[in-house]
Amino acid sequence: MIVAEAKPIKEILEMIDGLNRILVVGCKGCVTVCNVGGAKEVAILASAIRIAGKRHHKEIEVGEMTLERQCDPEYIEELKDVIGDYEGIISIACGVGPQFISERYPEVKVFPGVNTRFIGGAVEHGIWAERCAGCGQCVIHYFGGMCPIARCSKSLMNGPCGGSNKGKCEISPEVDCIWDKIVRKMMAQGRLDELLEIKPPKSWLTARDGGPRKMVREELVK
Amino acid sequence: MTEYKSGSNLEKVLKAGHFAFTGECGPPRGANVELVRKKAQHLKGCVDAVNITDNQTAVVRMSSWAASLILKEEGLDPNFQMVCRDRNRLAMQSDILGVSAHGIKNMLCLSGDHQRFGDHPEAKNVYDIDSIQLISMVKKMRDEGRFLNNEEIDTPPRLFIGAASNPFAEPVEFRVYRLAKKIAAGADFIQTQCIYNMERFREFMKRVVDMGLHEKCYILAGITPLKSVGMARYMATQVPGMDVPQELIKRLRGAGKGKVAEEGIKIAVEQIQELKEMEGVAGVHLMAIEWEHRVPEIAERAGMLPRPEV
Repeated sequence: MIVAEAKPIKEILEMIDGLNRILVVGCKGCVTVCNVGGAKEVAILASAIRIAGKRHHKEIEVGEMTLERQCDPEYIEELKDVIGDYEGIISIACGVGPQFISERYPEVKVFPGVNTRFIGGAVEHGIWAERCAGCGQCVIHYFGGMCPIARCSKSLMNGPCGGSNKGKCEISPEVDCIWDKIVRKMMAQGRLDELLEIKPPKSWLTARDGGPRKMVREELVK
Repeated sequence: MTEYKSGSNLEKVLKAGHFAFTGECGPPRGANVELVRKKAQHLKGCVDAVNITDNQTAVVRMSSWAASLILKEEGLDPNFQMVCRDRNRLAMQSDILGVSAHGIKNMLCLSGDHQRFGDHPEAKNVYDIDSIQLISMVKKMRDEGRFLNNEEIDTPPRLFIGAASNPFAEPVEFRVYRLAKKIAAGADFIQTQCIYNMERFREFMKRVVDMGLHEKCYILAGITPLKSVGMARYMATQVPGMDVPQELIKRLRGAGKGKVAEEGIKIAVEQIQELKEMEGVAGVHLMAIEWEHRVPEIAERAGMLPRPEV
């Protein structure tokens, strides 16, 4: 899923400073799963904004809405009848949500309420970790099912570098050296010979480096 | 007559069968040309080639190619270092052509320390290609006369290709294989990470020799003299993949006040003498960090002087 984290309330209040009617819009997709942008978090953020307003002797009207998904124009459409009542919209979906809203409703001010962090999953309750860099050409089968593009700090295709230390990355003892895991797993599986092959430079054309990406599936296009 | 790949002094020394002795020079954090010249003077006549580091520890310094040119003007044989952190394949290939055009004949291909260590941790990291891919790319440019995209090069670069190896980094059992990969990719010579644990290095070299890697590539053992007990402790605890045995720290401490640096040099000299006799070791790479002025003394005491004229 796409993992996000809430922006500090101070930053959100600065963004909406001067506005009196705000709609907070959540999403039932990834951000609900990672406890940052669902209906519950919509209610929490809305009340935090109201309280902050009261502290400044201001009555801020805060609406609450949570859409099925914000990455789908069909659900963004549901804002149509209410959006005119507000001066600003805070989307607490991933970075797609606020952009889909601003594309559909060009007249309103849209603010992001979360920081989109990465594509990953929950490794423990309350701990999420990155697993995919969205490079557009999956190669994990060469590396024991682990992705060095996303998980090696240097995206090495022929690691590990000299900075691997007791299974940790040179950048921090908090970061696992994925190459340490790749090497150990491949050796345990008797696949050392595969690791000895020199992996050629990767084409980054399919990654963000090739420019903003778009995918067309002809059979689905009406 | 041997056909040289680049005809650098280092290549000639190694191919003539001499035990090579290379040094290192970190460029200044500024445009201080005089400082580079001064460092060069200490090394002149004492070493066969001088590594010029490329924003080492991810701290901005005078560019390695520019400092390499200054060293060349001073009559030294520069070993131009290039890391994968700061340049994409376009910038790398153009710098490779550029240094070769200016007569720089050695190049060391490295991954580079991650920028989070350095003085600009907010920087975007590049790592378009990795160090092994860089070695292959330089070899392809030189031997096939083609860019990475297979297009032809008008006058290919001539470089003696170097790479690094850390015998002590983990996973240790894979290190000799990674060395083999670098050699297969096209490394002509290897300079290892600083060695303090000679016993472990001996074991590593035994595996290298058993695999016949020393016959495919010249292996230069890395030595960094310890200037102080603090430096030894820092190396032992703060630098990943460094193995500084406790006995060595004890020996330095035992030297007593004001005599630690001398003891550090003594250790380095002993190491060099031992490495000279070690099977598969073709030379020593002396990384006297901010201690270039002590290199002549170390070279002399280790029996490395005079350097061969080739």
